[in-house]
Amino acid sequence: MPLSVKTFDTVHEAAAALSAERGSHFCGGGTLVMRAVNEGDTTLSTLVRVKDRSLSQVRASGARFSIGSGVTLAHLLNEKDLSFLHPVVRSIGGPAVRNMGTVGGNLFARAPFGDLTVALLALDAVVSVHGSYGLREMPMEEFLSGRDANRGALVLGVSFERPSSPDAFRYRKVSRVKPKGASVFSIAVNLPNMGGRISGARIAYGAMAPTAIRAKAAERALEGKTLDQTTAAAIAAVAAEGTSPATDSLASAWYRRETIGVHLRRLLLGQAE
Amino acid sequence: MLELRKDIFADERDDNLNEVGKPTQRQDMLGHVTATSPYFNDHKLQGMLHLKVLRSTHHHARLRRIDVSEAERQPGVRRIIRGSDVPRNINTLLSLINFGKDDEPSLAVDKVRYKGEPIVAVVADSEREAFEALAKIKVEYEPLPTVFDVEDAMKAGAPIVNETYPKNTFTYHDIYDHQKLRFGDVERAFDQADHVLDERYQMSPIEHAPTETNGSIAAPETNGRYVVYTSTQALFFSLDTSAKILDIPSNKLHFIGGTVGGGFGGKVDTLTEPLAILGSMLTGRPVRYMLGREEEMQYGSPRGGERIYIKDAMSRDGRIIARKMRCIFDSGAYTRLSSYAVVKCAAHLPGPYTIPNVHADVYCVYTNRVPATAMRGFGVTAVDFAIECQMDKLAHLINMDPMEFRILNAYRDGDMKAHRREAKNTALIECVQVAAEKAKWNLSESAKRASSRKEGSSARASMPDSSRAAAPVAASYERPATAPASSFSPPVVQSTVNAPPSAAPPISSPSPTSHGATRFSSVFGRRR
Amino acid sequence: MAKVALQFFHNGREVAIFADAGTNLLTVLRENIGDVSPKFGCGQGGCGACTVIIDGEARLSCLTLAETISGASVTTVDGMKDGPALHPLQQAFMDHFAAQCGYCTPGMLMAAKALLDRNPTPTRDEIVEGISGNICRCTGYEPIINAIQSVSTSGAVKR
Repeated sequence: MPLSVKTFDTVHEAAAALSAERGSHFCGGGTLVMRAVNEGDTTLSTLVRVKDRSLSQVRASGARFSIGSGVTLAHLLNEKDLSFLHPVVRSIGGPAVRNMGTVGGNLFARAPFGDLTVALLALDAVVSVHGSYGLREMPMEEFLSGRDANRGALVLGVSFERPSSPDAFRYRKVSRVKPKGASVFSIAVNLPNMGGRISGARIAYGAMAPTAIRAKAAERALEGKTLDQTTAAAIAAVAAEGTSPATDSLASAWYRRETIGVHLRRLLLGQAE
Repeated sequence: MLELRKDIFADERDDNLNEVGKPTQRQDMLGHVTATSPYFNDHKLQGMLHLKVLRSTHHHARLRRIDVSEAERQPGVRRIIRGSDVPRNINTLLSLINFGKDDEPSLAVDKVRYKGEPIVAVVADSEREAFEALAKIKVEYEPLPTVFDVEDAMKAGAPIVNETYPKNTFTYHDIYDHQKLRFGDVERAFDQADHVLDERYQMSPIEHAPTETNGSIAAPETNGRYVVYTSTQALFFSLDTSAKILDIPSNKLHFIGGTVGGGFGGKVDTLTEPLAILGSMLTGRPVRYMLGREEEMQYGSPRGGERIYIKDAMSRDGRIIARKMRCIFDSGAYTRLSSYAVVKCAAHLPGPYTIPNVHADVYCVYTNRVPATAMRGFGVTAVDFAIECQMDKLAHLINMDPMEFRILNAYRDGDMKAHRREAKNTALIECVQVAAEKAKWNLSESAKRASSRKEGSSARASMPDSSRAAAPVAASYERPATAPASSFSPPVVQSTVNAPPSAAPPISSPSPTSHGATRFSSVFGRRR
Repeated sequence: MAKVALQFFHNGREVAIFADAGTNLLTVLRENIGDVSPKFGCGQGGCGACTVIIDGEARLSCLTLAETISGASVTTVDGMKDGPALHPLQQAFMDHFAAQCGYCTPGMLMAAKALLDRNPTPTRDEIVEGISGNICRCTGYEPIINAIQSVSTSGAVKR
């Protein structure tokens, strides 16, 4: 089938078009969909666009941020209140990619890409999805587990709370080239601190499974602890539990599992890469 | 920045270098910064069609059936090209200099030998329509056993990758399955050695990853000629290869190139030109065939993998007294240029060191991998990686400084090399000395005083009491006078099977009817 | 193939064309407009050879859906020269030997121009970041960075 492009005014119409036709895909910044078109993916027959400008807005209310799915990565770098996310965004692509790639698109990027999604997972973000059933909010984990089956749904945005302190949210991306490259893996942690002890820790990985995942064994091992050498070593020991990384041109699954704990420990202790 | 050390060998060199050591502007620089340098793809021709190929999804399989009937009916499709449409659907690149047997089809017919091998080409009005048609082609494969490891491929009973070479090894001079280098008596040296180090090295394949992918545009000119804009690094080599495959005189082809968006050796294989020209012949229209990025990375031929075994004998004073090597080159499913890489490798051994006893066997082996090709020093780079790792390990073994260890064993002018040629214009010692100086690495006074022009002699390459050291006869290794000076000629490496060491080696010289030899040599020169 | 009407500004000149639906801006520029200065390197956003400036921002033309550029202003290397005079960046690339095969050069120039248009005096790290989406395979990053830095310190490019 020849390729066609359909542009709609509202998300409702766009969502309806997405679920109506098998070969239709939403095209935001184009960094995923146009890549597939260029490589000759003929399963893509209709590109769906939407003009609704609400998708490209960043809103803050109290400590909570709502970010439209059409917000570009470059836009996030212009939001001072989101400075805790800036290291994450800067680790993705070059300026041109960031001027195009969107928050919504990043949720669909396959390993080893999608580093922002790793951060959003650690931040316990909620995803707003417009599907055939109407509008729904779902936790990141639920969204990611159903992501590839759930074709035809349109992501409107994500929301999350600011980390409790500047030091609570940390991120590290391990690449093979400098200044940056695709992920051997990326790690985001959010460590809410109650009177010196960690409570409700979130540790998320990218490129350690087909989608971003949480390191639940490591999270449990952190619960109620203070961050010291002993705790960090104990967490490093269970860091690879529950992961299923791929072997690709950047690293083998074995290498990823062997080294994730080392980098997690260094991140927790604030040590250099 | 470039620093020219004119103080080294000052008495050997006339200091009249007007260009070397000074920045000189590239003649194509203005074109580059204004983006007007003419790459092949910058030629947009009226009515241009687009060619894409269907690639094998199997590493090794018999092709039972290829059904293009639905693809032919797709909108925008101008022509489907099958193997039977290619006039001479079998070729090997170095056939232009009578080196090797034709072993590779442009489009697979009865069998595919690597994943990604082209089977059918589609010429369509747009790339999208070509992709749509490819998706409609049905191929029935009968998977065959595969082999991916060079040593497995050499075992008896291994799957036969390429029927042209049923032992999975390239055939040199019609009979030999490898290149052989023999000098002195390594086994005796191993018996006398204070230290023996036996190691295995592996170099992975490397993709050139040029920023501009391989491609070409072919279009009909007048008088039955075709103009071809191409990314090739080897314009006349590609022209002759295309003429052979299409079975037309080479004067029917007008190749235009010269501006290449990065090649590094990966643009000598003539991957796209023959099919682009054939597409143009069959449709009467300009046809473009350009690899996509994924095709380039996966199926554009890489530098081949190499497995290298080195066993060294060393005396306790640090002299290497014997080196025994076995190098196995992974050619992938077809020969392309790996046969030549092996010849280069054999000519390079045992590295830039004076070793009195050398024994080396170098093989070009077929596996179900993507065919390998040229890349920056191919045949030499990987083996140097192995040799230099080995040198560090040897130095470590006797607790000697690795820089001094190299100076001790380096070729000096006048030393006899394993190829029975006297070493001339050697400079490894001076390179090591300068490198040490730059790295602020302390060398002993004697190492600092060492010179490539001192202490060299044929005797350095003889084993004490060795009755065989004098056996080789250098004179018998001269190139035949009939070979043109600029032609490709096999390096002076003895290539024999079970022959006495003093036997004269068979040397094939390009036959007088051979064409393209000088052209090929203009690409690779005689550099090693 | 379905056609779509497009109107935009190409190096300051208004153009109106019909392009295949779903095509990318790189194809439109090269094949519809005839501006071959942006190059195809990967079609994936990995190499930066197709970088152009759209409404002041560096973008990858190979990943830009043509339908999204209506009314936009597109700048390419083809529009960098001022009459016969080279843009200071072009001159600096020449002076610093910042090209070998030249295939990444148009994208590098666009990335550098987008950077200097916003930040005329970037640090070396900012320059590295500014061209971090552009791959040079002939190993030329140092001369490229030096060339961009020379323009920023000479003040040849001002807002």
